[in-house]
Amino acid sequence: MDAVFDNLDAFGAGLGVTLKLSMISFVLAMLIGFVIASFRVSPVAPLRAAGLTYVEVFRNIPLTAFFALAVFGLPKVGLNISFFAFAVMVLSMYTGAFVSEALRSGINTVATGQAEAARSIGLTFGQTLFLVVLPQALRTVVQPIGSLFIALAKNSSIASLFAVIELTSTFDLLTDQESATLPLLLGTIVCYLIITLPAGAVTAYVERRVAFKR
Amino acid sequence: MTTAVLYDQLGPRGRRRVRIGSAIAYVGIAAVILAAALQLEEKGQFQSRRWTNLADPDLAEFLAKGLWANVKAAAVAMVLALVFGAFLALGRLSRTPALRIPATAVIELFRALPQLLLILAAAIVLPRYGFELPVFAYLIAGLTLYQGAVLAEIFRAGILSLDRGQSEASYSVGLSYGQTMRLVVIPQAVRRMLPSIISQLVTLFKDTSLGFAIGYEELLRRGKFATVSFGESLLQIYLLIAVIFIVVNIALSRFARWLEGRQQRKYGAAGAALAVTGVEDLAVLDSK
Repeated sequence: MDAVFDNLDAFGAGLGVTLKLSMISFVLAMLIGFVIASFRVSPVAPLRAAGLTYVEVFRNIPLTAFFALAVFGLPKVGLNISFFAFAVMVLSMYTGAFVSEALRSGINTVATGQAEAARSIGLTFGQTLFLVVLPQALRTVVQPIGSLFIALAKNSSIASLFAVIELTSTFDLLTDQESATLPLLLGTIVCYLIITLPAGAVTAYVERRVAFKR
Repeated sequence: MTTAVLYDQLGPRGRRRVRIGSAIAYVGIAAVILAAALQLEEKGQFQSRRWTNLADPDLAEFLAKGLWANVKAAAVAMVLALVFGAFLALGRLSRTPALRIPATAVIELFRALPQLLLILAAAIVLPRYGFELPVFAYLIAGLTLYQGAVLAEIFRAGILSLDRGQSEASYSVGLSYGQTMRLVVIPQAVRRMLPSIISQLVTLFKDTSLGFAIGYEELLRRGKFATVSFGESLLQIYLLIAVIFIVVNIALSRFARWLEGRQQRKYGAAGAALAVTGVEDLAVLDSK
């Protein structure tokens, strides 16, 4: 296990980058998902079509292929940003499509009567959505959104193939220097569990606090 | 229509607002497309030879072989993951702690790790211990471990979703645990799980592109090779690859949805699929 303890600072740095990457991308993915989901339930047909296109494209492209297209392709059209920024962009756009679907299926679980009651007392579309439907929908999406954060944290490992030094690339780089690969693997696994297990626990806690039986 | 929940039939004023909104949306969408096109034009990406390269028969054949490598990896990993997942699920559902505890630990561990890490670990760790295998094997190993754990959870959810009365009834007519599982529970559960299993297989197909990381010559890796000889078509090649993956995956998803619809028509509510599609990795099942 010396291989791990000699390289604790490298693991710490890798864990930090993975966390930073996941959290920034998650916040952006939530924003994107929110906008796309509202497009998808909007009465305006072209917005619905745009939302659907977004979801179909980014849900079906392999993340690795999206990374390659962005990191190798976009500089050719004049987009030169850092590798970390590319990773944030790709991960948040990709996850945003899944967030949008989670939110939309949450909206669909709210009973029709809720929106009808809201309209019958004269609330506008916006008021119906933001005051009545979404607060109820959010409760049913806690679990899927939590799972998406965990999936995002795991997916962020793909950034290691595109010049971001996070946990997985730390493991990859250290195995070049050290002969004891198995301890390094164990160390990396522990680092990922440090992210995913608490995330799962937090999700379960929030869910217990806000969920209610229908 | 699902969206109709949020609004009634629109009146004249509402329709006018929607028309205005639509006009603004069209202008916005057109502006985005135009801006992208202008940027591409400015960087010379519309030059015809950059695009005609894509029609090169050698390139097409080279990339087609790459896509075939994805299909091959997906097919092999799928079979192995289904078998591995079935064993894990049965283990986790078993009443013997000696089976249940290790199966649960394996499922929870592999589900919590990135597939890429598992693939890299196979490619890096196995050779150090004397297992020199082709990259295909490392890719399959990584995919199978992860997807098997995810599929195990789908199987378990499918089995647990069955009404308890089914197994109680079969015990009461004297069937053993094994007979109950084999003759009563699993046949019904499989029907419910099928759409979720297929959408997980779509995910698996996407994930075969992780073979890129260890030099497995799948579509994306071959695309990267191709950009060496067709440097001026770099952007176009990556776009083409993205489009190929998207088209194949949408076709697979449509098939899953069609199957789900057919199932519901055939078996009614009892055949209704578990509502776990649409969310990646389906870690939503524990509430059952």
